[in-house]
Amino acid sequence: METKEAVRSVEALARLAGFHRQARQKVKTRILVCAGTGCIVSGSLRVMKEFERLLADRGAAAQLAGVAEVGKGVGVAQSGCHGFCQKGPLVRIDPYGIFYTGVRPEDVAEIVDTTINGGKTVERLLYRDRDGLACCNQEEIPFYNSQTRIVLKNAGLIDPEDIGDYLAAGGYTALAKVLTEMSPAEVTEAVTRANLRGRGGAGFPTGLKWKEAFHQKAWPKYIVCNADEGDPGAFMDRSLLESDPHAVLEGMIIAGYAVGARHGLIYVRAEYPLAMKRIAIAIEQARETGLLGEDIMGSGFDFDAEIFVGGGVFICGESTALISSLEGQVGEPRQKPPHLAERGYLGKPTVINNVETLANVPVIINIGAPAYAAIGSAKSGGTKIFCLTGKVNNTGLVEVPIGVPLAEIVRGIGGGVPDGRALKAVQTGGPSGGCLPAEMLDLPTDFEELSQAGSMMGSGGMIVMDDTTCMVDVARYFINFLRDESCGKCFSCREGILRMKEIVDDITAGRAGDETLELLKETAEMVKNASMCGLGQSAGNPVLSTIRYFEDEYLAHIQDKKCPAGVCRSLISFTIDADLCTGCTACAVKCPTKAISGEKKQAHTIDAALCDRCGICLDTCRFDAVRKG
Amino acid sequence: MVTFVLNGLEISVEKGTTILEAARFYGIGIPTLCYNEALSPYGACRLCLVEIGVPPRSRLVTSCTYEATEGLVVRTHSERVVKTRQMLIEMYLATCPSSKVIQDLASKHHVTRVRFRQKQEECILCGLCVRMCEEQMQAGAIGYTGRGDSRRISTFFDKKSEDCRFCGGCQYICPACQARCQGPQEKEAVCNACLNLAPPCLEHFDHVMCYMDPCVACEEKSGREPRKTCCK
Repeated sequence: METKEAVRSVEALARLAGFHRQARQKVKTRILVCAGTGCIVSGSLRVMKEFERLLADRGAAAQLAGVAEVGKGVGVAQSGCHGFCQKGPLVRIDPYGIFYTGVRPEDVAEIVDTTINGGKTVERLLYRDRDGLACCNQEEIPFYNSQTRIVLKNAGLIDPEDIGDYLAAGGYTALAKVLTEMSPAEVTEAVTRANLRGRGGAGFPTGLKWKEAFHQKAWPKYIVCNADEGDPGAFMDRSLLESDPHAVLEGMIIAGYAVGARHGLIYVRAEYPLAMKRIAIAIEQARETGLLGEDIMGSGFDFDAEIFVGGGVFICGESTALISSLEGQVGEPRQKPPHLAERGYLGKPTVINNVETLANVPVIINIGAPAYAAIGSAKSGGTKIFCLTGKVNNTGLVEVPIGVPLAEIVRGIGGGVPDGRALKAVQTGGPSGGCLPAEMLDLPTDFEELSQAGSMMGSGGMIVMDDTTCMVDVARYFINFLRDESCGKCFSCREGILRMKEIVDDITAGRAGDETLELLKETAEMVKNASMCGLGQSAGNPVLSTIRYFEDEYLAHIQDKKCPAGVCRSLISFTIDADLCTGCTACAVKCPTKAISGEKKQAHTIDAALCDRCGICLDTCRFDAVRKG
Repeated sequence: MVTFVLNGLEISVEKGTTILEAARFYGIGIPTLCYNEALSPYGACRLCLVEIGVPPRSRLVTSCTYEATEGLVVRTHSERVVKTRQMLIEMYLATCPSSKVIQDLASKHHVTRVRFRQKQEECILCGLCVRMCEEQMQAGAIGYTGRGDSRRISTFFDKKSEDCRFCGGCQYICPACQARCQGPQEKEAVCNACLNLAPPCLEHFDHVMCYMDPCVACEEKSGREPRKTCCK
C-alpha cells in the first residue's frame, strides 16, 4: 500500500493506520530518545546520533516509514517531551518501557550491550525513588504513576514528526467519528457535557464558546489556536506541540467542524522554534494524508490550517490582542464586548482556544463525554497539565484530574521540598496568579476554588517556594514582570502596576511608612477592578494574595525594617562572630567591596557602610562565623 | 429599542447606544478623559467605569464602549465605582498635576490628597490626539510607540511628519496640556481650589443619592464648613 496516497474515506484511514501499526510491530525493540527542547539542551541529539552510529556498525541500517530500523528489529526514533526534563536526556526502550535518565553519549555503548543485546537494565541510569529503589520502567516511577495522562498519553511514546506513529496510536479516529457520525451541534453538545473549560487561564466553557460562534451568521469563521504561552516557568503548550502536534491539529479540525469554520490559524510565539517546526511538519503530513484540505475523508468538510509566528509579546496571549497581532496591527487588547465570537479576526466570528484545550477535544470524542466529565471535578471535566517548578524534588509536566488537592501534586508527584526545608507557599497561575500558604495545601486545584483563595488556575504554572523565599520579594518579582509586559493602553494597568512596583520597592528597601500597606492594597484592588483586559484584571493578585496570607512579613519589612527570610538586601546585615572567626582572611580576600578588614589570625569585622550584602562572605566562611540578620 | 435599568430607573434607548450616551442623555454625569463624541471610543482612561450586574457577580466596565443590552442592570455611582474612580483620579493627579481638567476632576470627585510619589508628566496617553488626527483630520500623523510605561505618542520613527498639516487639532483636544487655573504649584499637587463638596449621602448609602452638580445644598445641610476657595 502506498502511504503517501491521500485518505479519502474512513475505511482508508483505518487501513492506513493498520499498515503503520503492522510496520511498527516489525520493530521488536524501539529506542526512543527524547527530543524535546529540554532534553535537546542537555544533549539528547548527541545521544541519538551515538545510538544510530553504534547500531549501524552492528548491522545494516534500513529505513522503514520513517523509523530507522536497524539490525535485529531494533529501531531508533526521537520522541517528544516526557515532561521530566530535570532528569534529561531521557531514553525509553520499548516495548519494555525501560526508562533511562541522564543518559550521556558515553553510556550508549553500555545500553546497547546490556539492554539491547543482553536483555538486562543498566542499573546506574535508572530512576531512583525516595527510598533509593531503582524503577525499571517508566510506569513504576512515582512521578508518572500518580499522574492521569490522557492528554499527554502519547508524549514521549511516539515520534512527533511522524504521522504514522500518531495514526498507529489511534490518531484521527476521533475526527473520523465526528465527520461520519456526528453533526456539528452534537460535537458541541459532547464538549459541553464533558464540562471542558478553556485551559488558557480564564476557564471559559469551551462548548459555550463554540455554540456562540456556530450561531453567528457572518462568514467565513475562524478557529485560532493560542500557542502564545508566556508565563514564566510554564511550558505545557510548547511541550504538547513538540510531543504530540497531531493531537492539537485533530482537535482544531474538530473545532472547525463544530463551529463551521474552514480556516485554522495557529499563533505560535517566536521563542518556540521547535514547536513551530513540528506543528509545521504535522500540517504538511496531514495535508499529504488528506486530513487537511478539501473534502476531508469524503465528508464534504473542508479545513486548512496555517501557522502565524508571534512577535514575542506576552500580552498577545490575550485573545483580543492576539487578534490585533494576527491582523498585522500592534498587539494591544481592546475593550470587550463585542466578543470574538461576534467580531474577531478580520471582523469575522472567531473562536480562540488554547493548545491544551484543543488537545483535549479528541480525547472527549474517543472516550465519550460522560467518562471525560467523570475524571475532573463537578464543574470542570478532564485533566489539567501543570508545570511544577521551584523548590520541589521532581520538577516537570504533571497531568492530574482537575480538583485534586495541591498537596497531591506538590508532595505526591513533586516529592516535597528538597534539603529538608519547610514548604512556605505555592504560587499558581503564572505572573497574575497568587501565592497560597502551606496551610492551604488541601485546596482542590479547581478554577473556582483557586480564584476564591485569591489565586487562579491560569495556564498551569505552579511554583513551589520554601522558607528561604521572601514573599514581598516574590510579589516584587511578579509586579516587575507585569510592568514589563503591560501594553500601556489603559491607564489603570499602566500606571497602577508602576505605582505598585514603586510601593513594593519602597517596602523591600525599608523606605515604607505605616500607611503604605493600605495604599498598596487599595491600588491593587483598583487595578483589578478598573483594567481593560485579563492582564490588568489579575495584576493585583500577586500583591493581594501575599498580603492576605503573609501580612506579617510585610509588616516586618515596614515596621521593623527586617526581612525575615533574609532576601531583601537593604534589610539584612552581615556581621562576624568574633569568637568563631579564626582570622583566616578568606572572606576578606573574596569581598568584592573590600568591606571586611582585620589582622591575620585576628577576628575580622565588616564595615556596614561598605558592605554590599552580596553574601559571598557567608558562603566562603568555613567556621560559620558570618551571621546574617 | 433596548430597555435596561440605569440607577434603578427603567429606561429605553435605541439599539447601539452606549451606557455613557444613555446616562448623559438622562443627565447623569459620568467623568471621562479619553472620550469625545466626535471620535471613536477608546476605553483607556477608565474614568467612565460603571458597575453592571448585581453584586457579588457584578463587574466594572467602561460605559463609553459598552452598548446597553436588554435587561442590563447598571449603576453609575455605586460605592465600588466611586472608590475606583477616586483612586484613578488620585493616580492621575500624581502623574499629571499640571492639567486643569484633572484638577477639576479631583475637586469634583473630592480627591483631596495624593499618596503616591509626585510625577510631572505632560501626557496621560488618553489618545484623543491620535484619534483626532486620524479620524477627524484624516492625517494619521501621530501614533503610539513603546510599550507599558515607556509608551508615548510620537510621529513615525520620531521624524518630522510629512502627513502633519499643523492643524493643531491634537493640541486643541488635549486634556492634559491646558494650563492650570492657578499656575503650577511647587509642593502641593492637589489644587482643590474649586472643590466640589463631598456627597455625604455616600456614607449612609452605598450610592450617591442625587446627581445635582455640585451638591452644595446637601453639604450645607450637613453643617460642614465649605472649603475655602481661591476665587474670592
